[in-house]
This record gives sequence, C-alpha cells and structure tokens, in this order.
Amino acid sequence: MRHSLGIKDTVKKNSMLIVLLATMLLFQVLISSSGRGSLFAPANISNLISQNAYVVILASGMLLCILTGGNIDLSVGSVVALVGALAGTLVVNLHWNIYLSIVICLLTGLAIGAWQGFWIAYVRIPPFITTLAGMLLWRGVALLILNGLTISPFPAEYTRYFNSFLPNTEDGATIFSVTIIVGVVICLIYGFRTLFDRYTKKKKGYATEPLAITVTKVILLSIAVLVVFSLLGRHKGVPVVLILLAIIVLGYSYFTARTVPGRHLYAMGGNEKAAKLSGIDTNKVLFFAYTNMGFLSAVAALVGVARFNSAAPTAGTNYEMDAIGSCFIGGASAYGGTGTIGGAIIGAIFMGVLNNGMSILGIDANWQKAVKGIVVLAAVVFDVLSKKRVKSS
Amino acid sequence: METLLLEMKHITKTFPGVRALHDVNLQVRPGEIHAIVGENGAGKSTLMNILSGVYPASTFDGEILVHGKPCQFHTIKESEEQGIVIIHQELALVPYLTIAENMFLGNEQGRTFSIDWDKTYSRADELLALVGLEESSKTAIKDIGVGKQQLVEIAKALAKNVKVLILDEPTASLNDTEAKKLLDLLLQFKERGMTSILISHKLNEVSYIADRITVIRDGEVITTMDKTLETFDENKIIKAMVGRNISDRFPKRNAKIGPVSLEVEHWTAYHPIYEGVKVCEDINLKLHRGEVVGISGLMGAGRTEFAMSLFGKSYGRNISGKLKINGEEVQLNTIKSAIQNKLAYVTEDRKGNGLILSKSIMQNTTLAKLEAISQHQVIDPDLELKVAKEVNEKLRTKCSSVLEEVNNLSGGNQQKVLLSKWIFAEPDILLLDEPTRGIDVGAKYEIYCIINQLAEEGKSILFISSEMPEVLGICDRIYVLSEGRIVGEMPGSEASQEKIMKCIVQNQKGDQLP
Repeated sequence: MRHSLGIKDTVKKNSMLIVLLATMLLFQVLISSSGRGSLFAPANISNLISQNAYVVILASGMLLCILTGGNIDLSVGSVVALVGALAGTLVVNLHWNIYLSIVICLLTGLAIGAWQGFWIAYVRIPPFITTLAGMLLWRGVALLILNGLTISPFPAEYTRYFNSFLPNTEDGATIFSVTIIVGVVICLIYGFRTLFDRYTKKKKGYATEPLAITVTKVILLSIAVLVVFSLLGRHKGVPVVLILLAIIVLGYSYFTARTVPGRHLYAMGGNEKAAKLSGIDTNKVLFFAYTNMGFLSAVAALVGVARFNSAAPTAGTNYEMDAIGSCFIGGASAYGGTGTIGGAIIGAIFMGVLNNGMSILGIDANWQKAVKGIVVLAAVVFDVLSKKRVKSS
Repeated sequence: METLLLEMKHITKTFPGVRALHDVNLQVRPGEIHAIVGENGAGKSTLMNILSGVYPASTFDGEILVHGKPCQFHTIKESEEQGIVIIHQELALVPYLTIAENMFLGNEQGRTFSIDWDKTYSRADELLALVGLEESSKTAIKDIGVGKQQLVEIAKALAKNVKVLILDEPTASLNDTEAKKLLDLLLQFKERGMTSILISHKLNEVSYIADRITVIRDGEVITTMDKTLETFDENKIIKAMVGRNISDRFPKRNAKIGPVSLEVEHWTAYHPIYEGVKVCEDINLKLHRGEVVGISGLMGAGRTEFAMSLFGKSYGRNISGKLKINGEEVQLNTIKSAIQNKLAYVTEDRKGNGLILSKSIMQNTTLAKLEAISQHQVIDPDLELKVAKEVNEKLRTKCSSVLEEVNNLSGGNQQKVLLSKWIFAEPDILLLDEPTRGIDVGAKYEIYCIINQLAEEGKSILFISSEMPEVLGICDRIYVLSEGRIVGEMPGSEASQEKIMKCIVQNQKGDQLP
C-alpha cells in the first residue's frame, strides 16, 4: 500500500521528466529507423547543449519572475539583442579589453533590469505592459547601435570563454579520458555529498528516506551523467558553456530552495497579502526578480554572440517565449508561487529536444512550428491531468 | 384577515455542520418598512439570501408566499421577476462602468444585439432624480462615494420594478448625513407604497423608520414588535438580541497581571482611499503583561482597521498618536519593525491575508521569522522541519505531517497554523483579530486554551471579536469600540452583553435622529 503510493507520488512529481524521456526515446526510434543517424550521437549532444544554453539561462531568470505571481518578462529577447550589439561594438569595433567589455555588458543588463523592476515593483505598472514597452524600446536601441548591420567576427580570445571545449587539445584519447574522469569525479562528489547529508541528518535525529531509495537515486543520476560525459568525450570534450550553465542552474536552484530571499519569492506568489503581513517587503522581491532577469539576459547575450560569432539586429527574437514556455512546461504555476528551477530546465531541454529532433528528421520548418505548438500543449495537458488524478485518488 | 405581501413559512436552512436558520416565519405587510435585527451571525443575511434566490429553492426547507401564492426561486432573476430585489452590504457595482450602465446591468434597454443607449441614459436620469442623486448618469461609479453608490443601487432596484426592496446593512459604510438621507428616502418611498425590508443592527435607525421589527437570534425568530401596538424599547430589543446564557464554554485561567506592556495614546487613522474618513479616532488603551483584553464592537466599528494600523501601519493613512511598548515610545512604520518589536497581528481573514494555502504547514509556520531558521540568509531545512513540528505539536494541529498543504486542513486547524506562525515569531504582544471566526465549537475551545496559555506565559493579548459571549468569557478587561472610537471600558467581571450593547447604542453618532 505504502509502496504503491510512493510510486504514484514519484510519477506525479516527475511527470514532466517522464514526458521528456519518452519524447527522447520516440525521436531516437524515428531517427534511427529512418537512417538519419542518432539523437544521441556525440556531436549532436554537444550541439544540443550549446544550441539551448540561452534557453536554460533565460528560463532560470524567468522562473523567478513567474514565481512572484505569474509575472512574465517580454523584453528579454530585445535585451539580448541590445547587450549583444553592445558587446559587438566594444569588443569588435572598438577593440576594448575583453574583461572590461564583459563587465560593462553585464552592468548594462543589470541597469535595464533595474529600470524595468523600478516601474513594476515601486510604481506597480503591470509587468506585461512595462516589459512590452521594454521589448520595443531595447530592440530599437539595439538597431540604433548596430545601424541595422551585423557585427562579426568576434576575436577568438572572446569566443573561447563561451564557445570552446575542455580540455583544449586535438588528441581524441586525452579528450575522452579527461572528460570521463571529470564525469566520474562529479558522480563521486554527488554521491558522497548525498550520503554525508543523510548521515548528518540521522546523527541529528531527523527523519531520513530509506537508504535503498537514496542509493537508487544516486546510481540513476550517476549513470545519466556518465552517459552524457562519455558522449561528450567522444566528440570534443566538455563545452565551456556547460560549466557556466551548471553554475547558473545549481546557483539558482540553491537560491530558490534554500535561501530566505528565495522563500520570499514563493511566499509572495502564493499570497502577496499574507507575505506582506508577515513582514516581507514584496516590492523589493519584485524589484529583485526583474533586475536579475536583466542580468541573466545579458549573460545569455554574451553566450549568444559567441556561439553565432556575430551580433545581429535580429538576435534574440522570440527568446522570451522560449523562456516562458520552458517555465510553464516545467510545471510553474501561471498564478505564481509554484515551480522549480529543475522543472524549468526540464522544460528547456524538452523544447530543445523537440527542435533538434525534428530538424534531424528533416521536417519542414513550417511544420516544425505547428507540431511544436501541439506537442507543447499536449505535454502540459498530460502534466496537469496526471497531477489532478493523483490528487483525487 | 389582511392580505400579506410576502410570507416566509417554516424556513430551515443548514450549512455543513451548522444550522443557520430554524423554523423561521416572517410576514411582510404591503407598504411597511420591516426591520430585521440580530447579532452578527444570527442568520439575518441567510434569511434574505433565501428570499432573494441567492440560495436556490432546493437548498432549504420551507415555503415562500408572494401575494398568498407559493413561489420557488431558483435564481436571483426569478425573485426579481416577482419584484423582490436585494441590495447587499457589499455593493455589486462595476467601478469602471457608468452609473447608467450599472443600473441596467443584466436588464439592458433595447435588444440583445443593439442596446438603446438613448433610452438607457434618459431612464437612468429619471430614476436618479427619483432617488435625489444629483449626478450625471454618465459618471463612472469609481468617481462617486459610497453614499451615492448606495443610491445608485436603489435606483437600479427601482429600474427593475421593485415591490419589496431588501437592504442589507445599507448604512454600514455611510456617514451620518448620508445615512439620514438614505433613511428619509426609504420613508418617502414608503409613502408611495413601496415595501422595504431593512437589515441592521443600528437600533436608533431601526426605531426611527421601521413599522415592525423582527428579532432573530441563533437562527430563530425571537419576537416581532409592532409600532402601532407598542413603542420600541431599545433595552427590550437588546435583551431579545443577545439574551442567551454563557455556559461553561470557556476554560479557566489564573490571571497574573503584570506591568503595562503596550500603551496607545490618541491614536487616529484615516481611511486609505476615502479622503477625510477616520477609521479610528483618538483611541487610548493599555495592555498589561499576562492580560487578555477584549475589543468588542459591531462589524465595521473599526476594530480590524485599528489593530492593523498599530501593526506597522499596515492599514490607513495619516496615522497619528503615540505607541509605547514597555514604557518606551516606538515608531513602527513597517511590518518588519513591528515584528522586531515583538508585536504580532493574527488576521481575521486567514485565507485572504494570513496563510499561503498552496504551501505546507511548515513553510507557513516559519514565514514571519525566517531569521530563526537561517544563517546568512540560507535556510536550514532540517531545523525548519524540527521547529515547525514543535510549534504545531504544541498547538495540537491535526495533520499527517507538517509538510501537508494548508489547503487540505479544516478551518480550525488552519487557524492553528496561523497562530503557530505568529507564536513562532515570538511576540510579547498579540493582536488577535476574530481568531475563532468560522470554526466549530471544539476548535474554539482549543483556541481559547492556547490564548490562556499565552497569557500565562506573560504575553499580552488584544482579543478582537464580534461574538460577545466569547469576549465576556475570556477577557480580563473589555473595551467597547463603536464607529472608530472607544465608547466604554469595563472589567470582564462586571461586563454583560446588555452593558456592551448599551455602550454602542448610546454612543452612536446617529443619536441625533429623533
């Protein structure tokens, strides 16, 4: 009885992860049966990561905005274009110091976020309006900076920070062994940490989950990590951007789950009046969420110009929709208060796999869009229904 | 036998677990103003909701007769077709539409796909003249005050060809002149033959305009008085309204009253939206350590507003007055500073303002004092779980685990979670606003026990409640609040419901009414 409940709960909690895995399997079957290679080809996995880095970065920021009460930021695509244009001007046209340029770009993102956050949080202009205005404004400024032209190419000493691989060598054997070692080290750190946490918990007399479940979790995750790293090792190694993504994802997961300001985000989205009466400065919370979104947009812009090796006027188009979509696919509530970074990342990967898989299958670009629309709806419907069913039983 | 316009026979209505009305009979004669009075929660509004079809015919027992013919109302529309129109205490107007659009909402002039705006506005203007409202019918509702909005509601009722107008506490949010104007308007309509039912607990108003008064208490009709047979005696009405005995529903406490912990002097606060309206005026009160002090008063007396304005100015504007905690004057401009000064406000609206329903008991418990479970802004999840368990075990919250969503709990247990949140914040002074609203008797008893325990620990408690028996039952001292002012103070041992009611009635500003 207890056990079956546990399985049901697991399904309920991870329904989107299950959808993602099923989709990956489906594509793998379709791709390999039509003789177009494999979704899990080493080069493709590497590609998938660098292609979707921007979604993961933006979704992390967007989730914070959504948590405060279903508020979204429509301006991120334009901010990406603007900061990209700025990076192009500073690094390529003016030959400024790269580190200084990066710092200026990040500060610009912060300033834009703070500007929008001020109107949203302290003047209480609806976020939809404020960021719609931002979407037009920042795109316009980007076009002004670029004068309608594309800036390229970026110097290698810039792109290597975002778009290269580690270890930096041509030797396949070295690459594979180093990558695998990194993968094993990650698994060991993760495994030991989990067991150590469990041990200290037990020592302090807190309840812990059964050892078998903990071990199973560690083993499953380790297998996944090792598979991905062995694939990366057979290509060019660990993409530098993966390290950046890991820092962002882990950092924001920790922030939302374990810190006081993170808790304030959830409290505000769950019931703003109650949060206020509990002494939480909800204006500050909202201001922070949007300022942070501006900052992460700048990070995504820096990654984007490195990947495309150019700063284009059309850069970042529809990025906001990818980020918002990822959060909602990942189970964030449209009313705020619920959602996790992990969920948003799963949503981002889901969208990435969908794009990537259909491209490999050679599906017409117009069809791709239509299919994407239907699949996204179907995935969320499945998620919502599976949660409902478990609740009623 | 004279013909009755309206008759309600043997009405019984039960809500899950509560019997709201029991075998109620009400007779309304044509052309009279019939007042229904009773304490909060006596069943007045429920009765009127039945009459106006808000509660459909199948959800209660009993009969409604209009002109001697039995009627069954399934929707509000059906009762309106019989000329029965209700104006609720909370006005049902759309702020951004014009007066005329509001008046004919759901009753649009012209045809479905072509509204006749000329007719709409000219009829609206006629009706506005009838109720004596000098405003263009093209003014938006948000631009006129509550008093005028009340008149718009009446004009809206007139547009529906009303025969019986039901007004639920129409003067609750009006000032004296507006209230007087409204009552005189009802008298005018009476002369033209309209029948009104007025729900109120302002006895001076009731005796001013009513022909007959029906008193309801605990869902039963106690008596009906007739102006032609007797003069209305307010004492008699009060006695009928409150006349129940307090049995042993309250746990005993050994009061050990210490030095003064909270002192409020000349506290005045203004309404946050309406210019010049005072929600509380020149309030002076004191709280001692270990003391439970009650604030009694009717709904709308300004109790919540007063408590919230104390709690870090979370309500009201232009708040003035002195606040001393343990003898030292403090300025509490934010809720955070109020919490740091060991004040807690437990809201009356636990779902709207108190709890985050979609979150766990644990997360709700720790929300007001996350510092206690975190270091350098990082939460210790194990510690959080431990303390949440401890507090909720102390209050005996019934739940499978503290990780359960608050949503799934009963009202009484939700209230305990709300209390546990504020107890966890370790206040010295607790402002409890209607802590027993909407929970059953057993849970109430447990809440009283918690209050006693807190008082014995030396905390000061300000206990706000609409239910006089419980104020009498657990308070050491009672302040009576009416229309934002303190109109009486008495030791719990000397207080009685009659005394409190008398304080309220005698001090109502409306006393200048004849």
